[in-house]
Amino acid sequence: MTDLINLRSVSAAYGKGQVLWDVALDMKAGEAATVLGRNGVGKTTLMKTIMGQLPVSGGYIYVNGEEVTAMGAYQRARAGIGFVPQGRHVFPHLTVSENLEVGLAALARKGFKGPRKVPDMVFDLFPKLTQIANRKAGVLSGGEQQQLAIGRALAGQPSLLLLDEPTEGIQPNIVQQIEDALLRVRTELGVAILIVEQNLDFAWSFAERYFVMQRGRIVKQGKTAEDSAADIAKLVHV
Amino acid sequence: MDAAFLTGQVFNGFSVASIYILAALGLALSFGLMRVINMAHGEILMVGSYLAYLTILFIPGPLGIFAAMLVAFIGAGLLGAGLEAALVSKLTARPLDTLLATWGVSLILQQGARDVFGATGVSVTAPAWLDGAITIGALPLPAARLFIMAVAVAVLGGLALFLRMTRVGLLVRAVNQDRATASAMGVNVRQVDAFIFGLGAGVAGIGGVVLALLGPVTPNVGQSYIVTAFLVVVLGGLGSMIGTTIAAVMIGLVMALAQIFVDVSFAQVLTLLFVVLFLQFRPQGVIAIRSRALDAE
Repeated sequence: MTDLINLRSVSAAYGKGQVLWDVALDMKAGEAATVLGRNGVGKTTLMKTIMGQLPVSGGYIYVNGEEVTAMGAYQRARAGIGFVPQGRHVFPHLTVSENLEVGLAALARKGFKGPRKVPDMVFDLFPKLTQIANRKAGVLSGGEQQQLAIGRALAGQPSLLLLDEPTEGIQPNIVQQIEDALLRVRTELGVAILIVEQNLDFAWSFAERYFVMQRGRIVKQGKTAEDSAADIAKLVHV
Repeated sequence: MDAAFLTGQVFNGFSVASIYILAALGLALSFGLMRVINMAHGEILMVGSYLAYLTILFIPGPLGIFAAMLVAFIGAGLLGAGLEAALVSKLTARPLDTLLATWGVSLILQQGARDVFGATGVSVTAPAWLDGAITIGALPLPAARLFIMAVAVAVLGGLALFLRMTRVGLLVRAVNQDRATASAMGVNVRQVDAFIFGLGAGVAGIGGVVLALLGPVTPNVGQSYIVTAFLVVVLGGLGSMIGTTIAAVMIGLVMALAQIFVDVSFAQVLTLLFVVLFLQFRPQGVIAIRSRALDAE
Protein backbone atom coordinates (compact mmCIF):
# COMPACT_ATOMS: atom_id res chain seq x y z
CA MET A 1 0.00 0.00 0.00
CA THR A 2 1.24 3.50 -0.83
CA ASP A 3 2.06 5.64 2.15
CA LEU A 4 -0.41 8.44 2.85
CA ILE A 5 2.51 10.70 3.58
CA ASN A 6 6.20 10.14 3.17
CA LEU A 7 9.08 12.48 4.00
CA ARG A 8 12.52 11.55 2.67
CA SER A 9 15.56 13.25 4.24
CA VAL A 10 13.73 16.55 4.58
CA SER A 11 15.65 19.62 5.71
CA ALA A 12 14.20 23.05 6.38
CA ALA A 13 15.61 26.39 7.41
CA TYR A 14 14.56 29.86 8.49
CA GLY A 15 16.96 31.99 6.47
CA LYS A 16 20.43 30.66 7.25
CA GLY A 17 19.41 28.86 10.41
CA GLN A 18 18.70 25.23 9.61
CA VAL A 19 16.00 23.78 11.85
CA LEU A 20 15.21 20.34 10.38
CA TRP A 21 17.93 17.87 9.49
CA ASP A 22 17.39 14.81 7.35
CA VAL A 23 13.91 14.00 8.64
CA ALA A 24 12.29 10.77 7.45
CA LEU A 25 8.69 10.13 8.40
CA ASP A 26 5.93 8.02 6.91
CA MET A 27 2.33 7.30 7.77
CA LYS A 28 -0.34 5.04 6.34
CA ALA A 29 -3.99 5.94 5.83
CA GLY A 30 -5.96 6.01 9.06
CA GLU A 31 -2.91 5.88 11.32
CA ALA A 32 -2.39 8.08 14.35
CA ALA A 33 1.09 9.21 15.27
CA THR A 34 2.54 11.72 17.69
CA VAL A 35 5.60 13.91 17.48
CA LEU A 36 7.27 14.38 20.86
CA GLY A 37 10.11 16.57 21.98
CA ARG A 38 11.07 19.53 24.08
CA ASN A 39 10.36 23.13 23.07
CA GLY A 40 12.49 24.35 20.21
CA VAL A 41 13.46 20.98 18.74
CA GLY A 42 11.60 21.69 15.48
CA LYS A 43 8.16 20.11 15.99
CA THR A 44 6.23 23.12 14.75
CA THR A 45 8.70 23.58 11.90
CA LEU A 46 8.10 19.97 10.91
CA MET A 47 4.33 20.56 10.81
CA LYS A 48 4.73 23.75 8.77
CA THR A 49 7.06 21.96 6.40
CA ILE A 50 4.61 19.12 5.84
CA MET A 51 1.82 21.67 5.29
CA GLY A 52 3.96 23.64 2.85
CA GLN A 53 3.98 26.87 4.84
CA LEU A 54 7.75 26.59 5.00
CA PRO A 55 9.65 25.45 1.90
CA VAL A 56 12.07 22.55 2.27
CA SER A 57 15.76 23.22 1.73
CA GLY A 58 16.38 19.59 0.86
CA GLY A 59 14.62 16.23 0.53
CA TYR A 60 11.26 15.13 -0.82
CA ILE A 61 7.67 14.98 0.41
CA TYR A 62 5.06 12.63 -1.07
CA VAL A 63 1.32 12.56 -0.43
CA ASN A 64 -0.44 9.39 -1.63
CA GLY A 65 2.58 8.62 -3.78
CA GLU A 66 2.52 12.00 -5.52
CA GLU A 67 5.46 14.32 -4.98
CA VAL A 68 4.33 17.59 -3.42
CA THR A 69 7.76 19.00 -2.46
CA ALA A 70 7.44 22.03 -4.73
CA MET A 71 3.73 22.63 -4.09
CA GLY A 72 2.42 25.53 -2.06
CA ALA A 73 0.31 25.09 1.06
CA TYR A 74 -2.99 25.51 -0.80
CA GLN A 75 -2.15 22.68 -3.19
CA ARG A 76 -1.26 20.38 -0.30
CA ALA A 77 -4.51 21.30 1.43
CA ARG A 78 -6.28 20.28 -1.77
CA ALA A 79 -4.24 17.08 -1.83
CA GLY A 80 -5.92 16.17 1.45
CA ILE A 81 -3.86 17.62 4.31
CA GLY A 82 -5.84 19.42 7.01
CA PHE A 83 -3.98 21.72 9.40
CA VAL A 84 -4.71 22.93 12.91
CA PRO A 85 -1.84 25.34 13.58
CA GLN A 86 -0.30 26.14 16.92
CA GLY A 87 -2.10 29.10 18.46
CA ARG A 88 -5.25 28.12 16.51
CA HIS A 89 -5.07 30.97 13.95
CA VAL A 90 -8.79 31.34 13.44
CA PHE A 91 -9.73 34.30 11.22
CA PRO A 92 -10.57 36.78 14.00
CA HIS A 93 -12.91 39.09 12.06
CA LEU A 94 -14.86 36.30 10.37
CA THR A 95 -17.79 34.62 12.06
CA VAL A 96 -17.62 30.98 13.09
CA SER A 97 -19.60 29.85 10.06
CA GLU A 98 -17.46 31.99 7.73
CA ASN A 99 -14.32 30.44 9.22
CA LEU A 100 -15.73 27.00 8.49
CA GLU A 101 -16.61 28.03 4.92
CA VAL A 102 -13.02 29.09 4.26
CA GLY A 103 -12.07 25.51 5.15
CA LEU A 104 -14.13 24.36 2.16
CA ALA A 105 -11.52 25.87 -0.18
CA ALA A 106 -9.57 22.63 0.20
CA LEU A 107 -12.39 20.81 -1.59
CA ALA A 108 -11.27 22.39 -4.88
CA ARG A 109 -9.39 19.16 -5.46
CA LYS A 110 -9.36 16.92 -8.48
CA GLY A 111 -12.17 14.43 -8.53
CA PHE A 112 -14.12 15.85 -5.59
CA LYS A 113 -17.79 15.42 -6.42
CA GLY A 114 -19.72 15.87 -3.16
CA PRO A 115 -21.56 19.01 -2.03
CA ARG A 116 -19.37 22.00 -1.15
CA LYS A 117 -20.80 22.52 2.31
CA VAL A 118 -19.54 22.10 5.84
CA PRO A 119 -20.18 18.44 6.70
CA ASP A 120 -22.75 17.79 9.45
CA MET A 121 -20.22 15.74 11.36
CA VAL A 122 -18.30 18.94 12.20
CA PHE A 123 -21.31 20.17 14.20
CA ASP A 124 -21.86 16.69 15.52
CA LEU A 125 -18.31 16.62 16.90
CA PHE A 126 -18.48 20.18 18.20
CA PRO A 127 -22.13 21.05 18.96
CA LYS A 128 -20.97 24.35 20.49
CA LEU A 129 -20.12 25.63 17.01
CA THR A 130 -23.82 25.61 16.06
CA GLN A 131 -24.69 27.86 19.00
CA ILE A 132 -21.94 30.38 18.27
CA ALA A 133 -22.19 30.23 14.46
CA ASN A 134 -22.71 33.98 14.05
CA ARG A 135 -20.12 35.22 16.51
CA LYS A 136 -16.79 36.65 15.43
CA ALA A 137 -14.01 34.13 15.99
CA GLY A 138 -11.74 36.76 17.56
CA VAL A 139 -13.96 37.12 20.63
CA LEU A 140 -14.29 33.40 21.37
CA SER A 141 -12.54 31.66 24.26
CA GLY A 142 -9.43 29.63 23.56
CA GLY A 143 -11.35 26.36 23.80
CA GLU A 144 -14.02 27.54 21.39
CA GLN A 145 -11.37 28.77 18.96
CA GLN A 146 -9.64 25.41 19.11
CA GLN A 147 -12.87 23.55 18.35
CA LEU A 148 -13.40 25.95 15.46
CA ALA A 149 -9.85 25.44 14.16
CA ILE A 150 -10.30 21.67 14.15
CA GLY A 151 -13.77 21.96 12.58
CA ARG A 152 -12.39 24.28 9.89
CA ALA A 153 -9.66 21.78 8.98
CA LEU A 154 -12.23 18.95 8.87
CA ALA A 155 -14.53 20.98 6.60
CA GLY A 156 -12.00 20.34 3.83
CA GLN A 157 -12.47 16.56 4.36
CA PRO A 158 -8.77 15.77 4.71
CA SER A 159 -7.25 12.31 4.73
CA LEU A 160 -4.48 13.50 7.06
CA LEU A 161 -4.99 15.94 9.90
CA LEU A 162 -1.98 17.77 11.33
CA LEU A 163 -2.49 19.15 14.84
CA ASP A 164 0.11 21.34 16.52
CA GLU A 165 -0.43 21.37 20.29
CA PRO A 166 -4.23 21.43 20.16
CA THR A 167 -4.62 21.41 23.94
CA GLU A 168 -2.06 24.11 24.73
CA GLY A 169 -3.52 26.79 26.97
CA ILE A 170 -7.01 25.30 26.97
CA GLN A 171 -8.99 24.76 30.18
CA PRO A 172 -9.04 21.10 31.31
CA ASN A 173 -12.74 20.33 30.78
CA ILE A 174 -12.47 21.50 27.15
CA VAL A 175 -9.25 19.52 26.69
CA GLN A 176 -11.26 16.39 27.44
CA GLN A 177 -13.88 17.32 24.82
CA ILE A 178 -11.21 17.96 22.21
CA GLU A 179 -9.48 14.68 22.93
CA ASP A 180 -12.79 12.80 22.69
CA ALA A 181 -13.54 14.50 19.38
CA LEU A 182 -10.12 13.57 17.98
CA LEU A 183 -10.71 9.95 18.92
CA ARG A 184 -13.97 10.04 17.00
CA VAL A 185 -12.29 11.69 14.00
CA ARG A 186 -9.93 8.76 13.91
CA THR A 187 -12.31 5.92 14.54
CA GLU A 188 -15.47 7.15 12.81
CA LEU A 189 -14.02 9.13 9.91
CA GLY A 190 -10.83 7.11 9.43
CA VAL A 191 -8.76 10.30 9.11
CA ALA A 192 -5.05 9.81 9.78
CA ILE A 193 -3.75 12.13 12.49
CA LEU A 194 -0.27 13.47 13.18
CA ILE A 195 -0.28 15.33 16.46
CA VAL A 196 2.29 17.39 18.35
CA GLU A 197 1.27 17.13 21.97
CA GLN A 198 2.84 18.07 25.31
CA ASN A 199 0.48 15.88 27.28
CA LEU A 200 2.39 12.60 27.03
CA ASP A 201 -0.36 10.51 28.65
CA PHE A 202 -2.89 11.52 26.05
CA ALA A 203 -0.42 11.27 23.16
CA TRP A 204 0.57 7.79 24.26
CA SER A 205 -2.95 6.46 24.60
CA PHE A 206 -4.13 8.15 21.40
CA ALA A 207 -1.37 7.37 18.92
CA GLU A 208 -0.11 3.99 17.77
CA ARG A 209 3.24 5.36 16.63
CA TYR A 210 5.57 8.02 17.97
CA PHE A 211 8.46 10.10 16.70
CA VAL A 212 10.85 11.72 19.17
CA MET A 213 12.67 14.84 18.00
CA GLN A 214 15.87 16.35 19.32
CA ARG A 215 17.66 19.32 17.77
CA GLY A 216 15.81 19.13 14.48
CA ARG A 217 16.22 15.39 13.94
CA ILE A 218 14.00 12.41 14.57
CA VAL A 219 16.13 10.45 17.03
CA LYS A 220 13.74 7.67 17.90
CA GLN A 221 10.54 6.22 16.56
CA GLY A 222 8.45 3.23 17.36
CA LYS A 223 5.06 1.87 18.36
CA THR A 224 3.44 3.09 21.55
CA ALA A 225 2.27 -0.44 22.34
CA GLU A 226 5.83 -1.77 22.33
CA ASP A 227 7.67 0.90 24.30
CA SER A 228 7.08 2.42 27.68
CA ALA A 229 5.98 6.01 27.99
CA ALA A 230 8.26 6.43 30.98
CA ASP A 231 11.36 5.66 28.90
CA ILE A 232 10.30 8.13 26.23
CA ALA A 233 9.55 10.75 28.87
CA LYS A 234 13.25 10.79 29.71
CA LEU A 235 14.06 11.72 26.13
CA VAL A 236 11.36 14.32 25.92
CA HIS A 237 11.76 16.10 29.24
CA VAL A 238 14.94 17.57 30.63
CA MET B 1 -18.25 84.18 7.51
CA ASP B 2 -21.79 83.19 6.63
CA ALA B 3 -23.38 79.82 7.04
CA ALA B 4 -23.88 79.27 3.31
CA PHE B 5 -20.17 79.72 2.65
CA LEU B 6 -19.29 77.30 5.42
CA THR B 7 -21.79 74.74 4.13
CA GLY B 8 -20.34 75.19 0.68
CA GLN B 9 -16.85 74.43 1.95
CA VAL B 10 -18.09 71.35 3.81
CA PHE B 11 -19.71 70.22 0.56
CA ASN B 12 -16.42 70.78 -1.23
CA GLY B 13 -14.65 68.78 1.46
CA PHE B 14 -16.92 65.80 0.89
CA SER B 15 -16.58 66.15 -2.84
CA VAL B 16 -12.76 66.15 -2.69
CA ALA B 17 -12.96 63.26 -0.23
CA SER B 18 -14.94 61.27 -2.81
CA ILE B 19 -12.05 61.51 -5.25
CA TYR B 20 -9.57 60.53 -2.56
CA ILE B 21 -11.71 57.52 -1.70
CA LEU B 22 -11.68 56.33 -5.31
CA ALA B 23 -7.94 56.99 -5.59
CA ALA B 24 -7.02 55.42 -2.24
CA LEU B 25 -9.27 52.33 -2.11
CA GLY B 26 -7.15 50.34 -4.53
CA LEU B 27 -3.97 51.25 -2.67
CA ALA B 28 -5.55 50.29 0.63
CA LEU B 29 -6.88 46.99 -0.72
CA SER B 30 -3.56 45.87 -2.17
CA PHE B 31 -1.54 47.15 0.77
CA GLY B 32 -3.88 45.45 3.24
CA LEU B 33 -3.61 42.17 1.41
CA MET B 34 -0.06 42.05 0.11
CA ARG B 35 1.79 44.81 2.00
CA VAL B 36 2.75 46.11 -1.42
CA ILE B 37 3.07 49.81 -2.17
CA ASN B 38 2.12 50.42 -5.77
CA MET B 39 3.84 53.61 -6.93
CA ALA B 40 2.16 53.27 -10.32
CA HIS B 41 -1.31 53.62 -8.82
CA GLY B 42 -1.51 57.30 -9.79
CA GLU B 43 -0.81 56.39 -13.39
CA ILE B 44 -3.62 53.86 -13.29
CA LEU B 45 -5.88 56.80 -12.43
CA MET B 46 -4.37 58.60 -15.41
CA VAL B 47 -5.02 55.63 -17.69
CA GLY B 48 -8.63 55.67 -16.49
CA SER B 49 -8.86 59.36 -17.42
CA TYR B 50 -7.53 58.78 -20.93
CA LEU B 51 -9.82 55.78 -21.38
CA ALA B 52 -12.69 58.10 -20.47
CA TYR B 53 -11.49 60.59 -23.06
CA LEU B 54 -11.32 57.90 -25.76
CA THR B 55 -14.65 56.33 -24.87
CA ILE B 56 -16.48 59.65 -24.94
CA LEU B 57 -14.95 60.40 -28.36
CA PHE B 58 -16.64 57.27 -29.65
CA ILE B 59 -19.77 57.34 -27.53
CA PRO B 60 -20.78 60.98 -27.04
CA GLY B 61 -24.16 61.81 -25.60
CA PRO B 62 -25.68 61.63 -22.15
CA LEU B 63 -24.76 58.03 -21.38
CA GLY B 64 -21.16 58.20 -22.61
CA ILE B 65 -19.91 58.81 -19.09
CA PHE B 66 -21.33 55.49 -17.88
CA ALA B 67 -19.77 53.65 -20.81
CA ALA B 68 -16.50 55.42 -19.94
CA MET B 69 -16.68 54.18 -16.36
CA LEU B 70 -17.23 50.62 -17.52
CA VAL B 71 -14.37 50.79 -20.03
CA ALA B 72 -12.04 52.43 -17.50
CA PHE B 73 -12.93 49.90 -14.80
CA ILE B 74 -12.22 46.96 -17.09
CA GLY B 75 -9.20 48.51 -18.84
CA ALA B 76 -7.51 49.72 -15.66
CA GLY B 77 -8.42 46.47 -13.92
CA LEU B 78 -6.74 44.39 -16.61
CA LEU B 79 -3.71 46.70 -16.50
CA GLY B 80 -3.51 46.20 -12.72
CA ALA B 81 -3.89 42.42 -12.94
CA GLY B 82 -1.22 42.33 -15.64
CA LEU B 83 1.10 44.45 -13.52
CA GLU B 84 0.55 42.11 -10.59
CA ALA B 85 1.20 38.99 -12.61
CA ALA B 86 4.22 40.32 -14.51
CA LEU B 87 5.96 42.28 -11.78
CA VAL B 88 4.51 42.55 -8.29
CA SER B 89 4.00 38.81 -7.76
CA LYS B 90 7.66 38.20 -8.61
CA LEU B 91 8.81 40.64 -5.95
CA THR B 92 6.53 39.84 -3.01
CA ALA B 93 9.34 39.18 -0.57
CA ARG B 94 11.19 42.37 -1.57
CA PRO B 95 9.09 45.41 -0.66
CA LEU B 96 11.75 47.99 -1.54
CA ASP B 97 12.21 46.47 -5.00
CA THR B 98 8.45 46.55 -5.54
CA LEU B 99 8.48 50.23 -4.69
CA LEU B 100 11.23 50.94 -7.23
CA ALA B 101 9.81 48.66 -9.94
CA THR B 102 6.32 50.15 -9.74
CA TRP B 103 7.86 53.62 -9.74
CA GLY B 104 9.58 52.66 -12.98
CA VAL B 105 6.25 51.51 -14.37
CA SER B 106 4.73 54.86 -13.41
CA LEU B 107 7.43 56.71 -15.38
CA ILE B 108 6.91 54.45 -18.39
CA LEU B 109 3.15 55.01 -18.31
CA GLN B 110 3.57 58.78 -18.00
CA GLN B 111 5.96 58.94 -20.92
CA GLY B 112 3.77 56.58 -22.92
CA ALA B 113 0.77 58.88 -22.40
CA ARG B 114 2.91 61.89 -23.38
CA ASP B 115 3.96 60.16 -26.60
CA VAL B 116 0.46 59.09 -27.55
CA PHE B 117 -1.68 62.04 -26.44
CA GLY B 118 0.86 64.87 -26.18
CA ALA B 119 2.01 66.77 -23.14
CA THR B 120 -0.62 69.49 -23.18
CA GLY B 121 -3.56 67.46 -22.09
CA VAL B 122 -6.95 66.74 -23.52
CA SER B 123 -10.34 67.52 -22.13
CA VAL B 124 -13.30 65.31 -21.68
CA THR B 125 -16.61 66.90 -22.57
CA ALA B 126 -18.95 66.16 -19.74
CA PRO B 127 -22.51 65.34 -20.78
CA ALA B 128 -24.89 68.28 -20.61
CA TRP B 129 -26.76 66.90 -17.62
CA LEU B 130 -23.59 67.27 -15.53
CA ASP B 131 -23.07 70.93 -16.46
CA GLY B 132 -25.62 72.61 -14.28
CA ALA B 133 -26.02 72.98 -10.58
CA ILE B 134 -28.71 71.98 -8.15
CA THR B 135 -29.58 74.85 -5.85
CA ILE B 136 -30.48 74.01 -2.29
CA GLY B 137 -31.51 77.15 -0.38
CA ALA B 138 -29.05 79.80 -1.52
CA LEU B 139 -26.38 77.22 -2.22
CA PRO B 140 -25.67 76.04 -5.77
CA LEU B 141 -24.23 72.52 -5.74
CA PRO B 142 -22.48 71.67 -9.03
CA ALA B 143 -24.03 68.58 -10.61
CA ALA B 144 -20.63 67.15 -11.58
CA ARG B 145 -19.49 67.19 -7.96
CA LEU B 146 -22.72 65.61 -6.75
CA PHE B 147 -22.23 62.95 -9.41
CA ILE B 148 -18.69 62.23 -8.17
CA MET B 149 -19.99 61.81 -4.63
CA ALA B 150 -22.67 59.43 -5.88
CA VAL B 151 -20.06 57.42 -7.77
CA ALA B 152 -17.87 57.14 -4.65
CA VAL B 153 -20.84 56.01 -2.56
CA ALA B 154 -21.86 53.48 -5.21
CA VAL B 155 -18.33 52.08 -5.50
CA LEU B 156 -17.98 51.82 -1.72
CA GLY B 157 -21.36 50.15 -1.41
CA GLY B 158 -20.61 47.76 -4.25
CA LEU B 159 -17.25 46.79 -2.81
CA ALA B 160 -18.68 46.30 0.67
CA LEU B 161 -21.47 44.09 -0.68
CA PHE B 162 -19.00 42.13 -2.77
CA LEU B 163 -16.68 41.51 0.18
CA ARG B 164 -19.54 40.64 2.57
CA MET B 165 -21.82 38.61 0.36
CA THR B 166 -19.78 36.63 -2.13
CA ARG B 167 -17.62 33.58 -1.76
CA VAL B 168 -14.64 35.32 -3.38
CA GLY B 169 -15.15 38.23 -0.97
CA LEU B 170 -14.99 35.80 1.95
CA LEU B 171 -11.70 34.38 0.69
CA VAL B 172 -10.32 37.91 0.27
CA ARG B 173 -11.20 38.73 3.89
CA ALA B 174 -9.64 35.47 5.08
CA VAL B 175 -6.38 36.13 3.23
CA ASN B 176 -6.38 39.68 4.54
CA GLN B 177 -6.58 38.45 8.11
CA ASP B 178 -4.20 35.52 8.03
CA ARG B 179 -2.44 34.76 4.82
CA ALA B 180 -0.49 31.65 5.85
CA THR B 181 -3.52 30.00 7.44
CA ALA B 182 -5.80 30.80 4.50
CA SER B 183 -3.28 29.11 2.24
CA ALA B 184 -3.18 26.06 4.52
CA MET B 185 -6.99 25.85 4.22
CA GLY B 186 -6.70 25.51 0.44
CA VAL B 187 -7.09 29.14 -0.63
CA ASN B 188 -4.97 30.04 -3.66
CA VAL B 189 -3.64 33.27 -2.17
CA ARG B 190 -1.74 34.33 -5.29
CA GLN B 191 -4.93 34.23 -7.31
CA VAL B 192 -6.66 36.31 -4.63
CA ASP B 193 -3.76 38.80 -4.77
CA ALA B 194 -3.98 39.23 -8.53
CA PHE B 195 -7.73 39.59 -8.33
CA ILE B 196 -7.63 42.27 -5.63
CA PHE B 197 -4.83 44.15 -7.36
CA GLY B 198 -6.92 44.17 -10.52
CA LEU B 199 -10.07 45.18 -8.64
CA GLY B 200 -8.21 48.04 -6.90
CA ALA B 201 -6.85 49.21 -10.22
CA GLY B 202 -10.34 49.05 -11.72
CA VAL B 203 -11.64 51.30 -8.94
CA ALA B 204 -8.76 53.69 -9.62
CA GLY B 205 -9.82 53.62 -13.28
CA ILE B 206 -13.29 54.83 -12.25
CA GLY B 207 -11.51 57.48 -10.16
CA GLY B 208 -9.71 58.55 -13.33
CA VAL B 209 -13.02 59.01 -15.12
CA VAL B 210 -14.38 61.36 -12.48
CA LEU B 211 -11.08 63.29 -12.41
CA ALA B 212 -11.55 63.88 -16.12
CA LEU B 213 -14.83 65.68 -15.32
CA LEU B 214 -13.03 68.25 -13.19
CA GLY B 215 -10.16 69.35 -15.37
CA PRO B 216 -7.93 68.58 -18.33
CA VAL B 217 -6.41 65.10 -18.59
CA THR B 218 -2.62 65.31 -18.67
CA PRO B 219 0.06 62.61 -18.37
CA ASN B 220 0.68 63.90 -14.82
CA VAL B 221 -2.91 63.96 -13.67
CA GLY B 222 -2.40 60.99 -11.37
CA GLN B 223 0.52 62.60 -9.58
CA SER B 224 -1.56 65.42 -8.14
CA TYR B 225 -3.81 62.97 -6.29
CA ILE B 226 -1.56 60.09 -5.44
CA VAL B 227 0.38 61.71 -2.59
CA THR B 228 -2.85 62.56 -0.81
CA ALA B 229 -4.12 59.08 -1.55
CA PHE B 230 -1.09 57.65 0.25
CA LEU B 231 -1.79 59.99 3.17
CA VAL B 232 -5.35 58.70 3.26
CA VAL B 233 -4.20 55.08 3.34
CA VAL B 234 -1.74 55.73 6.18
CA LEU B 235 -4.22 57.77 8.18
CA GLY B 236 -6.92 55.15 7.61
CA GLY B 237 -4.90 52.40 9.26
CA LEU B 238 -3.22 50.68 6.30
CA GLY B 239 -5.68 48.45 4.61
CA SER B 240 -9.04 48.93 6.26
CA MET B 241 -11.83 49.99 3.91
CA ILE B 242 -13.83 51.80 6.59
CA GLY B 243 -10.66 53.44 7.87
CA THR B 244 -9.77 54.60 4.37
CA THR B 245 -13.21 56.12 3.88
CA ILE B 246 -13.17 57.96 7.21
CA ALA B 247 -9.62 59.17 6.58
CA ALA B 248 -10.54 60.45 3.11
CA VAL B 249 -13.44 62.43 4.57
CA MET B 250 -11.24 63.80 7.36
CA ILE B 251 -8.54 64.92 4.94
CA GLY B 252 -11.07 66.33 2.47
CA LEU B 253 -12.77 68.35 5.21
CA VAL B 254 -9.52 69.61 6.76
CA MET B 255 -8.33 70.72 3.33
CA ALA B 256 -11.58 72.44 2.40
CA LEU B 257 -12.09 74.12 5.76
CA ALA B 258 -8.47 75.28 5.94
CA GLN B 259 -9.04 77.02 2.63
CA ILE B 260 -11.52 79.34 4.33
CA PHE B 261 -8.60 80.96 6.14
CA VAL B 262 -5.52 80.32 3.99
CA ASP B 263 -4.66 79.71 0.35
CA VAL B 264 -4.55 76.28 -1.30
CA SER B 265 -0.84 75.56 -0.84
CA PHE B 266 -0.90 76.47 2.81
CA ALA B 267 -4.05 74.39 3.25
CA GLN B 268 -2.02 71.41 2.04
CA VAL B 269 0.65 72.16 4.62
CA LEU B 270 -2.00 72.29 7.33
CA THR B 271 -3.45 69.00 6.11
CA LEU B 272 -0.07 67.31 6.32
CA LEU B 273 0.41 68.77 9.79
CA PHE B 274 -2.99 67.42 10.78
CA VAL B 275 -2.03 63.91 9.60
CA VAL B 276 1.29 64.07 11.45
CA LEU B 277 -0.39 65.21 14.68
CA PHE B 278 -3.16 62.62 14.36
CA LEU B 279 -0.62 59.83 13.96
CA GLN B 280 1.30 61.12 16.98
CA PHE B 281 -1.72 60.39 19.12
CA ARG B 282 -3.02 57.38 17.22
CA PRO B 283 -0.12 55.77 15.38
CA GLN B 284 -2.23 52.81 14.25
CA GLY B 285 -4.51 55.10 12.19
CA VAL B 286 -8.28 55.44 12.28
CA ILE B 287 -9.09 51.73 12.24
CA ALA B 288 -6.55 49.25 13.53
CA ILE B 289 -6.99 45.60 12.73
CA ARG B 290 -6.69 44.05 16.14
CA SER B 291 -8.24 41.18 18.02
CA ARG B 292 -7.73 38.69 20.76
CA ALA B 293 -6.37 36.12 18.36
CA LEU B 294 -3.84 38.51 16.89
CA ASP B 295 -2.85 39.95 20.26
CA ALA B 296 -1.82 36.48 21.36
CA GLU B 297 0.94 36.42 18.74
